[in-house]
Amino acid sequence: MNKADYKGVYVFVEQRDGQIQSVALELLGKARVLADKLGENVVAFYPGYKNAESAKELIAWGADKVVLIDAPELKDYITEQYSQAMSQAIDHYKPSIVLLGATTIGRDLGPRLASRLETGLTADCTGLDISEDRDLMMTRPAFGGNLMATILCSEHRPQMSTVRPGVMQKGTRDASRVGEIENFTPSFDPSKFKVKLVKAVKEEKGKIDITEAKILVSGGRGVANSEGFAKLQALADVVGGVVSSSRAMVDAGVMPHEVQVGQTGKTVRPDLYMACGISGAIQHLAGMEESDFIVAINKDKFAPIFGVADVGIVGDVHKIVPMLTEKLSKLMAAKK
Amino acid sequence: MNIIVCVKQVPDTTAVKIDPVKHTLIREGVPSIMNPDDKGGLELALELKDKVGAKVTVITMGPPQADLVLREALAMGADRAILLTDRAFAGADTLATSNALAGALKVLDYDLVITGRQAIDGDTAQVGPEMAEHLGLPQVSYVVDCEYNGENKFTVKKETEDGYEILEVEGPALFTVLASGYKARYMNVALIVDAFDKEVEIWPASKLDISPEKLGLKGSPTKVMKAFTKETKPAGQLYELEPEQAVDVIIEKLKEKFII
Amino acid sequence: MDFELTKPQKLFQQMIREFSEKEVKPIAAQVDETEEFPRENVKKLAALGVLGIPTPKEFGGAGGDHVMYTIAVEELSRVCATTGVIVSAHTSLCEDAILDNGTPEQKAKYLPKLASGEWIGAFGLTEPNAGTDASAQQTMAVADGDDYILNGTKIFITNAGEADLYVIATMTDKSKGNKGITTFIVEASTPGFSIGKKEHKMGIRGSATCELIFENCRVPKANMLGPLGGGFAIAMKTLDGGRIGIAAQALGIAQGAMDETVKYCKERKQFGRSLSQFQNTQFQLADLQTKIEAARYLVRAAAWKKDRGMPYSADAAMAKLFAAETAMEMTTKAVQFHGGYGYTREYPVERMMRDAKITEIYEGTSEVQRMVIAAKLFKK
Repeated sequence: MNKADYKGVYVFVEQRDGQIQSVALELLGKARVLADKLGENVVAFYPGYKNAESAKELIAWGADKVVLIDAPELKDYITEQYSQAMSQAIDHYKPSIVLLGATTIGRDLGPRLASRLETGLTADCTGLDISEDRDLMMTRPAFGGNLMATILCSEHRPQMSTVRPGVMQKGTRDASRVGEIENFTPSFDPSKFKVKLVKAVKEEKGKIDITEAKILVSGGRGVANSEGFAKLQALADVVGGVVSSSRAMVDAGVMPHEVQVGQTGKTVRPDLYMACGISGAIQHLAGMEESDFIVAINKDKFAPIFGVADVGIVGDVHKIVPMLTEKLSKLMAAKK
Repeated sequence: MNIIVCVKQVPDTTAVKIDPVKHTLIREGVPSIMNPDDKGGLELALELKDKVGAKVTVITMGPPQADLVLREALAMGADRAILLTDRAFAGADTLATSNALAGALKVLDYDLVITGRQAIDGDTAQVGPEMAEHLGLPQVSYVVDCEYNGENKFTVKKETEDGYEILEVEGPALFTVLASGYKARYMNVALIVDAFDKEVEIWPASKLDISPEKLGLKGSPTKVMKAFTKETKPAGQLYELEPEQAVDVIIEKLKEKFII
Repeated sequence: MDFELTKPQKLFQQMIREFSEKEVKPIAAQVDETEEFPRENVKKLAALGVLGIPTPKEFGGAGGDHVMYTIAVEELSRVCATTGVIVSAHTSLCEDAILDNGTPEQKAKYLPKLASGEWIGAFGLTEPNAGTDASAQQTMAVADGDDYILNGTKIFITNAGEADLYVIATMTDKSKGNKGITTFIVEASTPGFSIGKKEHKMGIRGSATCELIFENCRVPKANMLGPLGGGFAIAMKTLDGGRIGIAAQALGIAQGAMDETVKYCKERKQFGRSLSQFQNTQFQLADLQTKIEAARYLVRAAAWKKDRGMPYSADAAMAKLFAAETAMEMTTKAVQFHGGYGYTREYPVERMMRDAKITEIYEGTSEVQRMVIAAKLFKK
């Protein structure tokens, strides 16, 4: 393998039902920064079916070129179909860097591809930069979140990395940008298609994406039970926020996994994060410490959560939260 | 049906604390546990065993002490346990780890391979899919439910960000399982009593069907350049007040920040 | 000499501790409040083999040992003393009694049902006029053809009503005193057997404690446990084993109260410091933890001796005496450390204090334990 043959920062653009996912635009934003440092191009791999129309959108968000892979096999995401298309495209274009979103799709496809291409993959990166040797420096949390490791893949190409939604910043959309759209047609081997999608179900049931919320009222062990969480919900209702949870309360079955903040849950960066009865285990901090403003309420003065809080209140959430809810609701009513 | 479940012994990261002065990890006294997603995967295997009959083999790669998670698996109901332990495995990244495990699987019979989605000490979710590729198996990750339909066909439920997918899979296949989908059973007392009388097979690298260059540090395309503890932002102000005053402080601060 | 638990014992401890934390602790307060027998959890324990730990595999047991059994009772009682005593009475007083004294037929018939937890077991010795003086039995058993006919009343019987099988002490020949006592295995479905009044207790409120009533209750001779007139010896031996279980229960209560107190003392602040920073707290808790650890060694040593067929009667008495008094002291102090909160049901320590008291009373009061220990001292 000659490293010099591999050029360009490529982004796997994830679409669902033809809808380009936000994480892809975030990756284009980061790819732009990396490519400019290298003096190379940003290229979007855009697999899907009848997705040509939206391809130019990727140019507006920073791509110099879009490799459009339009095939009926790629209508829905299935590991093998996408792996065949993507591995052939990578073999053909020889990218230096491939970035994928750390979604259920990217985290399924990424390792499959890395294994097929016999290269390295670094998961859930929070920092990406270019070294003096023009290698990709991939920084990710390890050991539950507090230890950070910077990882290199200097002897293999492409250098692959996944990044969680919400971690990188989108660039600025510029509809006047010009770029090239090129078609790539993979040759599929259907004998290897052993998985069939029977149905994809979207679950509504009041499922709110905590990564989108501007205000999160989050509860931990100190909240104790669903009655405790009802108090947090009342507060969230008053301030227009959403209730989230620490891992402890998810493990205890009190809260569902989709509202879990932290290393094994979701990374959030709301304008306000209110940590109620959360001690602040490192894997929790890893998921929320980038929040703009953090208020923590905890009985234990030495709780690690106070280390990241802008305002720390030593006290009982069961007393303070209802009192705060009442005062705030009066305040809000007065405003109107 | 032969089912192989890959498990990992991990430090209980919820018990890891940070030295507030030195900003280093305090690993002392942190218990080692079976990785939760792997335990969920083992539960899936054992439920299939209960329902349709299966031989469940557990396999782990790790130091000799990792024997303990295999004993735990036996006490939950696994039939056979294999420990891959060799200096040649040291320093493996996910690809080299997947090479070793796939190398072991190549000399075993299986109809279904199960791994956890990810391990709590690394959270990469890579070893399962990487193994599936080496073995040429179809994979489904994020599995929360699974039905066996006979003739090597499975119907699985995969969790996604906004719901779930139902997939039909023709085995042999590899599934990566979420702990939330399978509440693991407790160990059984009679099986605990027997667990240490059973054999845990110790396999060195030479027993695997894999070239030594693909193992350990040598077989790892990624290398750690540096590790460091995160810089935490300076702590804010701590208030020890009566609830009424505390509430006023919060409201005042939220006003300052124009949040309300 | 080895003070370490064996590998299986350690693995078992990991399992039962996790079970106690996840399944038992969350409902402990409710069980106490409602006085409801925790049937669901008993079923779950049965399915895991916890109701037949020391029973050999050939009789459907787990083939474990009594050290493991004490670990089970300790860990369960650490979060819920009710659950602890249910397992203890079932295992020590019924299952072990049949295992140690039963005929091959009795063992084959009853042990698999008890070990699997399909049946719950209980033991009936105490009567209104036969408490500490157990020899004053008034429940009569009179031979009649192939049967014995039982008449009389037992009181304060743990697991009564919930149990399917009872080991019952009766008087078969009053003239012979202790030597006139005979034990029988009585199935709950036997005509003439019924459950009387249920007690409302200070502690271990979820455990069923009732009266047993025998009215011309016909029990086959084949169900005589041990020889005719051998019942007193069987009852005393059975209680020796039971005391290990109760000692483990007391130990668990003490450790549970310590856990709660340590947690509270770290959180609670007075005069600008957490309680844990006061030397008074540190010294008192250090002394108590020393006693708890000593109790643990006594409990495990007694169980270890029983497992090896060594005499352990005095060891069991010492373990129970010391563990029970430690539990009482620890829980009383735990409430004191918690102050006003400790007196409320918001915290579990007041329940633990109520639960602890019974360990100084049942299966031989602390005074009886002292008698047993002193008897051994002066026998030489």
